[in-house]
Amino acid sequence: MKPFTTLTAVAVPFDLVNCDTDRIVPARFLRQPRSAGYQNFLFHDLREADRDFVLDRPAYRGARILVAAENFGCGSSREAAVWALAGAGLAAWIAPSFGDIFLENSFKNGIAALVLPATRVTALREQLAASPGAQVTIDLPAQTVRFPDGSLEPFDVDAFRKACLLEGVDEIDLTLKHEGAITAWEARRGAQMPWLARRPD
Amino acid sequence: MGRTLYDRIWDAHAVASGPGGRTLLAMDRHLVHEGSFHAFEALRASGRAVRRPDLTFAVPDHYVPTRARERDPITHPELKDKVDTLAANARRERIAIFPVGDVRQGIVHVVGPEQGITQPGLTLVCGDSHTATHGALGALAFGIGASEVAHVLATQALWQAKSRTMRVLVEGVLPEGVFAKDIILALIARIGAQGGTGTTLEYAGSAIRSLSIEGRMTVCNMSIEAGARAGLVAPDDATFGYLHGLPYAPREDEWEAALAHWRTLRSDDDAAFDAEVALEAGELEPMATWGTSPEHGAGITGVVPDPANEPDASRRESLGKALRYMDLAPGRRLEGIPIQRVFIGSCTNSRLEDLRAAARVVRGRKAVVPALVVPGSGLVKRAAEAEGLDRIFIEAGFDWRDAGCSMCVGMNGDLVEPGERCASTSNRNFEGRQGKGARTHLMSPAMAAAAAVTGTIADVRKLLDER
Repeated sequence: MKPFTTLTAVAVPFDLVNCDTDRIVPARFLRQPRSAGYQNFLFHDLREADRDFVLDRPAYRGARILVAAENFGCGSSREAAVWALAGAGLAAWIAPSFGDIFLENSFKNGIAALVLPATRVTALREQLAASPGAQVTIDLPAQTVRFPDGSLEPFDVDAFRKACLLEGVDEIDLTLKHEGAITAWEARRGAQMPWLARRPD
Repeated sequence: MGRTLYDRIWDAHAVASGPGGRTLLAMDRHLVHEGSFHAFEALRASGRAVRRPDLTFAVPDHYVPTRARERDPITHPELKDKVDTLAANARRERIAIFPVGDVRQGIVHVVGPEQGITQPGLTLVCGDSHTATHGALGALAFGIGASEVAHVLATQALWQAKSRTMRVLVEGVLPEGVFAKDIILALIARIGAQGGTGTTLEYAGSAIRSLSIEGRMTVCNMSIEAGARAGLVAPDDATFGYLHGLPYAPREDEWEAALAHWRTLRSDDDAAFDAEVALEAGELEPMATWGTSPEHGAGITGVVPDPANEPDASRRESLGKALRYMDLAPGRRLEGIPIQRVFIGSCTNSRLEDLRAAARVVRGRKAVVPALVVPGSGLVKRAAEAEGLDRIFIEAGFDWRDAGCSMCVGMNGDLVEPGERCASTSNRNFEGRQGKGARTHLMSPAMAAAAAVTGTIADVRKLLDER
């Protein structure tokens, strides 16, 4: 996994509340292999219905940060939603809240998914709408976001997720360092509940 | 301070501590379906093997055709490829599979409990957000993404941060015509689609106790629609009765030991929850949704709200978009909205009790719009046919299908046409969820049956009164 430290980039405002992962990638595309490029399906039906879709406006071209509204990425667990956004060049997203599974999926793909207070996210979206193409800086080690107006907003991030992003950790490798503890737990479990590992047929 | 049920299950599965206060949590059960193909590919690419094939179970559901003539063998090449890939992965990794053609095949969240794979106090994960369903039996169950599926395949564990807890207390007696689905839709309307974010819900109170295990599954299933990854009900005699004798449940000589353990799985009376919310069952009405988020729900006597009353600008704009998509005007009464299609099925509402509730409304009436009934598993279908429910549906003009996820998500081609309004017992009314341009109204099986025989969103209580 590629480490994430700081990022200064064009940010794009996305106003939809409760944007679910079905909207990010409609289900009919999920049968595609990852090699098909999930960015080709990103917000597919929204874009088709809206000739002026915000991600397609020239001023936001090359955006690497998405600034979203409440509960972004709710619904289905499809990791394809993260692959589509990341495949389109986005490397970080900021919102007042995220769907829990989407949030987890984001960090697993080396994406910084940052929660800021709702009023500040609204202010940030307003600044980006007023000055299309304006840049935002995310400083993960310092845990701050610099807005286009120069103000600096601190954010909280889970220490585990922060460490994984900064170091680009492979979580499976990390887990396998505890293989002895897993094996010991499994042995106890197997003794207590022998039926769990048994097949009836 | 006492412990919650969530604390108890968590503590029993903590294997190691990691950076940032994370816990490595052991997984007792891992369910996989066709969509898990990404994770199997990732696992293979990293040169790793499945650690515990004996604790992993595969069942095709999302891509499985529901018309008999298209199923076995599957005629659609892309669907066949997805189902065959799951079977090949299961074979290669020596994972138990309930394949198409096996009467046990069905929706993963119907099959797990039905086979006794789901048990109280277990941890259970699946690459599907409706995994919370299994919490109805007192298991800590939650949905995960493809990276986490690969992680569990390789390690049978996951790094987790402890969630907050919320107790949802539902006291009283449900009125006639009001069901488990109405409890959960009312809860989501109350706390919102993100009211449970970062939280594990524990459903309690006399109305939850009075629900069957199937009803509890309907409630837990939609926890994710309130933002919560997991929902739990403490196991009780109803749970133990449900499990007794199921294929994967403890044998007779193990049963008493299992029971003794299961009876300890409850929240202490003095356990503290981070939040509490209470619903009065007796005050609930049959519910229906009017918008494009599961939080957009109201009682059947209610009306479509006016976005102008929403103080927050982005919420106001999103509400306006939802009503334009749904082609509904503010103030419109829910009762009487014409519908063009009905879907009875999904991991929320496709079990025997659901089919009985729908059949009770349908009996002796005719569907006036195309209507689909998709049982949650082959076993549910067989049980329904044994008591003649299939005849009731077929005589009323319903399409009686084979088991799968079907029109909840449309991945197998069972789709709602653009612009059509569908009364659906599924869990999501998202834009395009049931098909591009489809307009979904979520409701209980009895309400969906009422919609089918009237062609409108109808108050099922009136149809039951006519009996």
